[in-house]
Amino acid sequence: MRRILLTTVIVAVTAGMVAFGLSAYADSRADREGAAPVAEADLATVQDQPRIVFRSTAPGDAHGTVAMVPLADPAGPRALTGVVCDRIDVAGDHASCLRTVRGVLTTFEADLYDSDWNRIRSWPLPGIPSRTRLSDDGMMLTSTAFVTGHSYAAGGFSTQTTVHALTPGAADPGDIELFDLIVDGAPLRAADRNMWGVTFLGGDEFYATAASGDRTWLVHGDFSARTLTAVRENVECPAISPDRTRIAFKKDRGDRQWGIAVLDLATGEETVLPETRSVDDQPEWLDDHTVLYGLAREGEPGASDVWSLDVASGSAPELLIPQAWSPSVVR
Amino acid sequence: MYISLSDRPAAKTAPDAPPARPAGRRRVAPTVVALGVVSMLTDISSESVAAVLPLYLTSVMGLSLLAYGVVDGIFQGASALVRIGAGWASDRTDRPKWVAFAGYLLSALTRGWLIVAQGLGAVAALVTIDRIGKGIRTAPRDAMIAASSAPDDLARAFGVHRALDTIGAAVGPLLAFAILLLIPDGYATVFVMSLGFAVIGVTILGLVVPDRRPRREHAAPGSRPAPLRWRHLAQPRLRVLLVVMGVLSLLTIGDGFLYLSLQDRSGFAGHWFPLLFVGTNAAYIALAVPFGRLADRWGRTRVLILGHLGLLGAYALALIPVEGIGPTLGCLVLLGAFYAATDGVLAAVAGSLVDASVRASAIAAAQTVVAVCRMIASAAFGALWFTVGRTESLLILAVLLALSVPVCLVVVTRLTREAPGGADGSAAA
Repeated sequence: MRRILLTTVIVAVTAGMVAFGLSAYADSRADREGAAPVAEADLATVQDQPRIVFRSTAPGDAHGTVAMVPLADPAGPRALTGVVCDRIDVAGDHASCLRTVRGVLTTFEADLYDSDWNRIRSWPLPGIPSRTRLSDDGMMLTSTAFVTGHSYAAGGFSTQTTVHALTPGAADPGDIELFDLIVDGAPLRAADRNMWGVTFLGGDEFYATAASGDRTWLVHGDFSARTLTAVRENVECPAISPDRTRIAFKKDRGDRQWGIAVLDLATGEETVLPETRSVDDQPEWLDDHTVLYGLAREGEPGASDVWSLDVASGSAPELLIPQAWSPSVVR
Repeated sequence: MYISLSDRPAAKTAPDAPPARPAGRRRVAPTVVALGVVSMLTDISSESVAAVLPLYLTSVMGLSLLAYGVVDGIFQGASALVRIGAGWASDRTDRPKWVAFAGYLLSALTRGWLIVAQGLGAVAALVTIDRIGKGIRTAPRDAMIAASSAPDDLARAFGVHRALDTIGAAVGPLLAFAILLLIPDGYATVFVMSLGFAVIGVTILGLVVPDRRPRREHAAPGSRPAPLRWRHLAQPRLRVLLVVMGVLSLLTIGDGFLYLSLQDRSGFAGHWFPLLFVGTNAAYIALAVPFGRLADRWGRTRVLILGHLGLLGAYALALIPVEGIGPTLGCLVLLGAFYAATDGVLAAVAGSLVDASVRASAIAAAQTVVAVCRMIASAAFGALWFTVGRTESLLILAVLLALSVPVCLVVVTRLTREAPGGADGSAAA
């Protein structure tokens, strides 16, 4: 009796798993083949003008690849590069691309591309890509990844944020977690410190996020002194404005919901922008008074859009690029 | 084939006499194999989800892993307390199978919920409940392994169980990533598959594994089982084991730190960083049974303590300034050897030091001490890492471990020698 029951359960459950898997596979094939083709633009033409480069999340073969649209027509046809990235940033003659190398043995890497989309360098990442930025001249690259791959029991996530100098002969700043973190004038050496979301100011200076326990700080960093100095609390993923006067960042509203806020560096005045949905992205400046960020679509797995928000007017967020993620503005 | 510890004529075995039969010739009890298969299926279930959960949270749900990490850390401590409670409940009710069943069932239920869960809070709650399920089942299951195995073969039986368990931990992630390769957004398929393996595992436990009653079996025929006595647990020898393991575990840093040390130095380790644990698991699988057999023949406490030399070797290989694939692979193999020589053997030693009536409590106590001390060690080591640097802090730990292992070995050897008669199989070996 027991043997019959056991056999029945094993056969029924296995059949259920196989049936679900086959139908999911068929659905996924059908989705890919039946996807409406995205309106495509000529790459050379778009690449010649001010543009926004991003990760396309439109269904179909180009899902997850780098695309770009002219600044003048962001919702219009997109030019496709064919380069697969989870996060992308473009500046100077370089593009930084963090990607998941899918496979039965899945790994992650940071790739550097030249302006013709040839891969010229590659660094391994310790886990899932999170943020990347290039300095304005394209000669400094930063990547943040979640450190994953420990056994299940180990628990706890941490980040690793690395900075590479691309100028030949220049010393690599490396892992910024090894820099001295100074909070309220005293060094902080807690084991649970984490750094993420670097934004370059030019030269040796940068801003980033540091965290320990449940506190986060905006830190001002210096590559030559190898220090991180906390300047303000509750600021994550800072992005410096093109005119260097303000920082856009994500701000914890509590209960793991993040809003978008802007900090005036001269006055210290902080303005929380009218975005009520939870944003988990490092903002990008479209110009000196507009910020961009990606938002996952509710109830539509894998789909996301890029939204824009006017910093001054207090107007509602606008959908700028549908089916897009990780925007990078090239002026 | 079911010989409980109480059947063993302890008086016949003189402390210095070799075991009556060479250990390792007999087959491992079917119950142990069945429990191993249950653990393997459950590990395929949990590790396949664990492997893709970070990707799922970030790429599908668009959530930050940092917030998840905070939640994750808090409940690690809760799981340790649950383990003690479950061990005690198992002894108290004399129903280890059904206490373990509750733990497995709880984890299986979280898989079903995961398919429909929305948002970070729900996922964090699921991970927590899964952890609690793991905390509940471990000690009763190990008590059943001890109750189902011949005393001379105890460590080998645990080795067989741990090898099967770790095969599941290795297969789970590979299976999950294979599914994602075929179905790019196939997270639902991974979760459904995970639920399926968990359900089959729980069913095998419920239908195949016999409902052993260690306390009742221990009692003389016709008499009532002896009541649970605290003094059975408050054994000086168990206390010494807890102290010794506490000290050694305080010098055991998390695998993550060792992997980061390797990544710092070697391009090979950097590239394969997210998969380094696969190498450790492979070594663990290969060595669990041989080390169990060695422990049965040569002394379990001895193998348990000396197994930490594997950890010391791993520290040393992470320290030497040589680049390349050799030291990295060597480090992973030694780390796997350390787990193979200590994890199952610890349960075998703790289970055999006490009366069968309090075995689950004793195993739970030993495992909790190890888990809590390792958590403290990781936190302290992290602070040390930032204060004095990677190499220096690892060197400090390696030196302390090198000093502690011989001291612990002397303490434990004296302990087993002093024990008259000795319920510990290793004392006789």
